[in-house]
Amino acid sequence: MKPLLEVEGLDVFLGGSHVLKGVSFAVAEGGVTALLGRNGVGKTTTLRAIMGLSERRGRVSLDGAELARERTDRIVRRGVGYVPEDRDIFATLTVEENLRLAERNGSARYDLVYDLFPELRERGGQRAGTLSGGQQQMLAISRALLNENRLLLIDEPTKGLAPLLVTEVAKALEKAAEIATVLLVEQNLGVVRRIADQVVVLDVGRVVHAGPAKTFLDDPQLIHRYLGVSGAE
Amino acid sequence: MSTWVLLTITGLGLGAMYFLIASGLSLIYGLMGVLNFAHGAFITVGAYASWYAQGKLDGIGSIPLRFLAAALVGLAVGGAIAILTELVLIRPLYQRHIEQVLVTVGLGLALTALVAGIWTQTQQVYLTPMWLTETTSVFGASIPNDRFVEIGAAVVVLVGILAFFRFTRYGLIVRAGVENRAMVMALGIDVRKAFTLVFLLGGLAAALAGILSGVYYGGIDPARGTHLLIYAFIVVVIGGLGSIVGSAAAAVIVGLMQQYANYYASSGVGDIAVVLLLAAVLLVRPGGLSGAVAAH
Amino acid sequence: MLSLFVPLVVFGLLALVPQLSVDVPRLFDGPLDTPGTLQILALCLLFGGVAMSYDLLFGYTGLLSFGHALYFALGVYLTAIGLSKWEWSLARTLLVVALIGLIAPLVLGTISLRVGGIAFAMVTLAFAQAGTVIVAKNPDGLTGAEEGVFLNVDPLPEFFVGVFNMKNLYWLALGYAAAVFFIVRWATDSSPGRVWQAIRENELRVQVLGLRPFSYKLMAFVLASFLATAGGVVYAILIGGATPEVASPNLTLSLLIMVVLGGAGLRWGALLGGILYTFLDQRLPALAGSEQVQDLPSIFRTPLSEPLFVLGTLFILLVFFLPGGIAGIGRRGRRRGLRLLDEAVRPEGARGGVVDEAEAQA
Repeated sequence: MKPLLEVEGLDVFLGGSHVLKGVSFAVAEGGVTALLGRNGVGKTTTLRAIMGLSERRGRVSLDGAELARERTDRIVRRGVGYVPEDRDIFATLTVEENLRLAERNGSARYDLVYDLFPELRERGGQRAGTLSGGQQQMLAISRALLNENRLLLIDEPTKGLAPLLVTEVAKALEKAAEIATVLLVEQNLGVVRRIADQVVVLDVGRVVHAGPAKTFLDDPQLIHRYLGVSGAE
Repeated sequence: MSTWVLLTITGLGLGAMYFLIASGLSLIYGLMGVLNFAHGAFITVGAYASWYAQGKLDGIGSIPLRFLAAALVGLAVGGAIAILTELVLIRPLYQRHIEQVLVTVGLGLALTALVAGIWTQTQQVYLTPMWLTETTSVFGASIPNDRFVEIGAAVVVLVGILAFFRFTRYGLIVRAGVENRAMVMALGIDVRKAFTLVFLLGGLAAALAGILSGVYYGGIDPARGTHLLIYAFIVVVIGGLGSIVGSAAAAVIVGLMQQYANYYASSGVGDIAVVLLLAAVLLVRPGGLSGAVAAH
Repeated sequence: MLSLFVPLVVFGLLALVPQLSVDVPRLFDGPLDTPGTLQILALCLLFGGVAMSYDLLFGYTGLLSFGHALYFALGVYLTAIGLSKWEWSLARTLLVVALIGLIAPLVLGTISLRVGGIAFAMVTLAFAQAGTVIVAKNPDGLTGAEEGVFLNVDPLPEFFVGVFNMKNLYWLALGYAAAVFFIVRWATDSSPGRVWQAIRENELRVQVLGLRPFSYKLMAFVLASFLATAGGVVYAILIGGATPEVASPNLTLSLLIMVVLGGAGLRWGALLGGILYTFLDQRLPALAGSEQVQDLPSIFRTPLSEPLFVLGTLFILLVFFLPGGIAGIGRRGRRRGLRLLDEAVRPEGARGGVVDEAEAQA
């Protein structure tokens, strides 16, 4: 399958330290690629670099179009949706306003979003800052799904959520995978196992493994070496 | 009693001018992270442009008409300078915050000096329609009518800004941008357009303040803008950076406090009291009255 | 040792200036050893010193204060008032000034440093404004409002009085500048000085290391302010009095420009910037009066006649094209010093907790 996203030689310096050292990988069109690695290896930084939220060097191309020199808003308008690690919903705006802000060109898929998360429709007039963590996560994901984005960059969507909510989010991610290509940073291997086809593993700013998800997840040695857990997740 | 009424309404009038300036400063800082030291120059430019137009229109039409037309000119020029400033000086320095501040410092000094160079430091008499200089009796006090205009203008601007926030898309963008500029970009919105818009609004409000100050003080001088700017900064910080409502509340408090203290204690004490109020507020509630800390 | 050698040579050479009967056409109206020229040079050196004191605060510690001129003005007015209005001896005046020069920043700094970033800048601005107001309101006729205070020279030693002793005043100013230079250098090289620079870079990290930034910042604040107050004393003696301009907001902004012009946080930067700025400020009106400028159409003549217009415009150009200042020319990463100062304008309400717009630490 043709890669939708190609990252080549991505270099990022943050406050003097060389955080990403020539990261290279490809994300095939359709399906879900999980970006894995221990804390601090640069997973979030990679997503932010693709989004243009930090200074980067190297090549990032979306379906052939070069993104590495573009401003964030232009990258997004090419059809990229972003769900940041801290959700970053606008607390002083209402739920409905948060969604409305995300509208890009009139063809917003409110039906899809409200189908997935009926609660958001009910709480439309509620200030987003007063939502629970799980509800905020739903809002953050909905923003990315609202437009016909081709690529979704999702950063640790299940972080800090209770198991019941994790399942709900996983279901939403499955739905997202049906309609877009997903690059997902996720620590929860259960979720990864459930929805990812491919994995890219980072260690200290470099890609150390890339391949089918199943192969990686079925290998406790690999898991232990790169993720530092016993594999029993 | 009637003295108190006069003081109160005058204080509100002064506060109104502070609010007009502070609202722009607060928005610009809240959304863009730019501390606009050129804002004082916008005030001065607005005042002088309208005064200049008054002179040019001499003899044409009635005084109120001339006044209004000149005021429009002042607003237009103030707005234009603001847009130019944003496009030429601020935008190219995107994300280089300290340089943006420095550039506004330089512009503020340069523009004010230019005005002083052309028209000297002497105060120029500002044309004012008769009605504004007359007084109306309120609770036994004779209130100069210009106070009502200032208060009215501030209220209109406040309502206008809040409506802008509530009902327009750009208002939504600005509100979100004050909270988290980067995330707005991450939603595919070019937030820089909102920057220019906010600078324009700030410039217009500042020019309006300059024009009204001409009426309030009966004249204009080049240092007016800088003088008002400092108190406006204090109002912005007391009210909470990035909060319009906070600025409004703080403007009222500061305006009233200055008037009361300058009268009941002695001249000058009011100004110092304002400074002490700032210190007190910051010690107790560093985020200002509204507690709003713009998180970028 | 080289690092001590160079400044000693520089100041040594500068000390020779009043002996030089050299004409510098265009730059000065008279030869270097004439009182008029010497006074200008003395002022340049003086403000070079005051600029260095501001650099300590802003360039090295990253504290953007908009009220530094207050402490300078304090020195100027206290000296003038003490000698003239209260008729104290020089020794007593100096003692009182020194005491107040320590206590005032200690108190005001303690309050101001409760907050950081923009709020700190605004508080310092507000306190300075209070000073401006006090000067203008002329309590008890002490400050003389618009007219200022004419210095009573009787208590001063003879060699500082009179036009023909201008060279002594020049040496006084030079001595001040040299003293500030070495003090600032010693302070910034010392271990608290390193903490100041660390604070400028990343205050959060300093806290994580177990240090309390507040006391270090206060230290820098008091030292910088005290040095400025000392400069105020010299200024009062140099020009023979106190005038309200020294208490105006323009002066702090000018100090800011001097520091950035020369290069913030760099050895020689503030001194160079102070000298250059003061020189331009002093000489531009003379330039404006020159034939070439008078012949220009008024659209050029008027702006050029206003020093602040020229300086403001030059400053804007400087920020765009040479943000590292003069001393920063040729250094790697032109913007380096200024980038670190971005922290100074961060939105920050509460103590500590700087919101980092850049990225999360990986």
